[in-house]
Amino acid sequence: MALTGVEIFKLLPKTNCKKCGHPTCLAFAMKLAQRQASLDACPDVSEDAKKLLGEASAPPVRPITFGAGDKAVKLGEETVLFRHEKKFVNPCAFAVEIKDTSREADVLKTIEDVLGSEIDRVGQKLRVDAILISNASGDPKALESVSRLVSEKAAGVPVIISTTDAGAAVSALGYFKDKRPVLFGANANNIESMAKAAGSFKAILGVTANGLDELISLTEKAKSLGTEDLVVDPGARKAGGIIEQNTIIRRAAIKKNFKSLGYPVITFAQRDDNMLESLIAVAGVAKYSSIIVLSSVTKWKSLALFTLRQNIYTDPQVPMQVEQKIYKIGEPTPESPLMITTNFSLTYFIVSGEVENSRVPSRLAVMDCEGLSVLTAWAAGKFTASKIAQFIKEAGIENEVSHRELIIPGYVAILSGAIEDKLEGWKVTVGPREANAIPAFLKSK
Amino acid sequence: MAFVIPKETYSGKVYPVTIGTGDNAVTFGGENVLPFNGFEGSTPNKPVIAYEIQDIPPSDWPENVKKPFEAVSGDPVKWAKHCQDTLGARAIALRLTGTHPDRENLSAGDAAKTVKDVLSAISVPLIILGSNHAEKDSQVLVACAEAAKEKNCVIGKAQEANYKTIVAAAMANNHKLIAMSELDINLSKQLNILITQMGFDKERLITDPMSSALGYGLEYTYSVMERIRLAALAQNDATMQPPMVADVGMYVWKIKETQALEADLPMWGDLAKRGVLWEASTAASLLISGAELLIMRHPEAVQAVEKFISEMS
Ligand code: SF4
Repeated sequence: MALTGVEIFKLLPKTNCKKCGHPTCLAFAMKLAQRQASLDACPDVSEDAKKLLGEASAPPVRPITFGAGDKAVKLGEETVLFRHEKKFVNPCAFAVEIKDTSREADVLKTIEDVLGSEIDRVGQKLRVDAILISNASGDPKALESVSRLVSEKAAGVPVIISTTDAGAAVSALGYFKDKRPVLFGANANNIESMAKAAGSFKAILGVTANGLDELISLTEKAKSLGTEDLVVDPGARKAGGIIEQNTIIRRAAIKKNFKSLGYPVITFAQRDDNMLESLIAVAGVAKYSSIIVLSSVTKWKSLALFTLRQNIYTDPQVPMQVEQKIYKIGEPTPESPLMITTNFSLTYFIVSGEVENSRVPSRLAVMDCEGLSVLTAWAAGKFTASKIAQFIKEAGIENEVSHRELIIPGYVAILSGAIEDKLEGWKVTVGPREANAIPAFLKSK
Repeated sequence: MAFVIPKETYSGKVYPVTIGTGDNAVTFGGENVLPFNGFEGSTPNKPVIAYEIQDIPPSDWPENVKKPFEAVSGDPVKWAKHCQDTLGARAIALRLTGTHPDRENLSAGDAAKTVKDVLSAISVPLIILGSNHAEKDSQVLVACAEAAKEKNCVIGKAQEANYKTIVAAAMANNHKLIAMSELDINLSKQLNILITQMGFDKERLITDPMSSALGYGLEYTYSVMERIRLAALAQNDATMQPPMVADVGMYVWKIKETQALEADLPMWGDLAKRGVLWEASTAASLLISGAELLIMRHPEAVQAVEKFISEMS
């Protein structure tokens, strides 16, 4: 349970020595309660207090690094339930399942798909992060041979070994020494041997249960065995159950600081119907899964899921504005068209996307209108003829382009005369009202 | 220590809204919990998906979403019947795109006739949407509200710039009403207040916080919806308790991801599947954030989302 500031204060030395950088022990205690300070800052705290407080002040969802090297992914560490409160911390990882019953050629193909899955979207590199090797055959040899193949051909990609057979796990894990794999499949029958296997390879233990009560008893058991780096599967496979269980887990961890559920969640989204599988994964991305297992790497599916993950995990505090400047799209020459719009980030993304679509290299002048869209900015007197004229003059664009033609959004067609009056030598052309008409407009120019 | 599920009991509740008449009327909203959180409260009604059709042929829709309606989209009546009879639509959303001054500039009278014709051909509820031209919509929707009198339709969208005439028309003819504002919980609240101050019953309202497509601002719609829903439930804010609509299709089917050919962008994969998933995943995300009514275009996307909805409980 989370401790209050006063409860924490009772455990501190109460000397007000200020070494922690706070004026009093109480002030420091308050910061600790809000998780805005770390106990390490107080050099004089007793060992007993450390133990008690350490438990209470640990992050509510345990931070875990899955994999090693530059493809490692961080899991957990989340602090809120809703993305508008604060940025979600560690984007979920996507893993693709390879069954050890697959033919070698298919295994190689999936590995190739994983390695080739990386795409670039608005400046971020996105990819299928991990491979789950499942012991579908029940045969330790089959698991071992696929594990060997993956370790050779997909070196560096974080791996989950999924089996309920601790003996099979040991031989598979041997291929991923020091690679921080997940050993998934610990249940009520095998948790001791599985925890031991995971421990001897410094692997993360994946616990699987049928419901939350069983899950709690398993994580508590794992902890008593000294295994604390866990990912948890509460058992649901349908959209409603996944959201329900994930919500309860996240809520218990964050609002109640309930340690036995304070672990990253792994969600199994695999379905025969790839479209439905994608939507199950959507539920996981939106609602708190840390690892989402898919049945295949499919480009259209990856693109949608990567994009959603990016949307959900963006920082909600960052204002919805982009920087005022003249953006180059494609490789514009001095003759290329010049368009103007406002700096509302959505307006910018949509307009620049459509200009890109048109494949006509262009310049897009984005004017600071305090993040308002074109019509709203115009109505608020921020996107007026005189302000546009002033911006164009001051942006130094006259040295960059050889022509003197400015394309304005169709919604502010009314401004064209006034801008021409204020911008001597310039011709104003009225562009389309909706961004989706931009490609046709630019191509016909 | 036995684990006690940390349940939330909210004091507020979303109004249930019924649209249409007779056996085919549908109800959405009415829950007192967040989406998919039926374990801690009641969710009496599942979300409803309305198929979008237009008064004019969908010349501006991309190929992949035009194709499924090729045989019927030349005529709004046939199109509506196809959605109802062949696709099993629970509701139809007729967008009067042709009335926009930059398009065919059809008159309010033309629009009213289309509405009448469609209504006489279908028995499922009808949502009547303007062309999103504030001025023109206020003429068009007034005429359509009258033409659809007593059919318990949804009229939309009333915006800050034109709500007065539209609200009056919806009220006089006994319809439900969509109130739309741009991605801001306070604007949404304010518009709902202005509308109810005119005497329009808040239990007949549907809030549209403005949709956006996956990758094009979805996170803004997502969070505004979550905040509206939390205000309705946790703060018991009556002005935020109407159900919400996500007008998904029109935002999704104009972006690059639903149109760029695989030949040009091989990393994006199959275009047909990509378009369908783009619409379905945008819709699913907005269901998770709080929408109760969806307006969608592609039959395969609708089917996928229906399957998703059937897994809600
Ligand atoms: S360093 Fe420790 S003892 Fe000193 S003021 Fe801070 S909390 Fe109190």
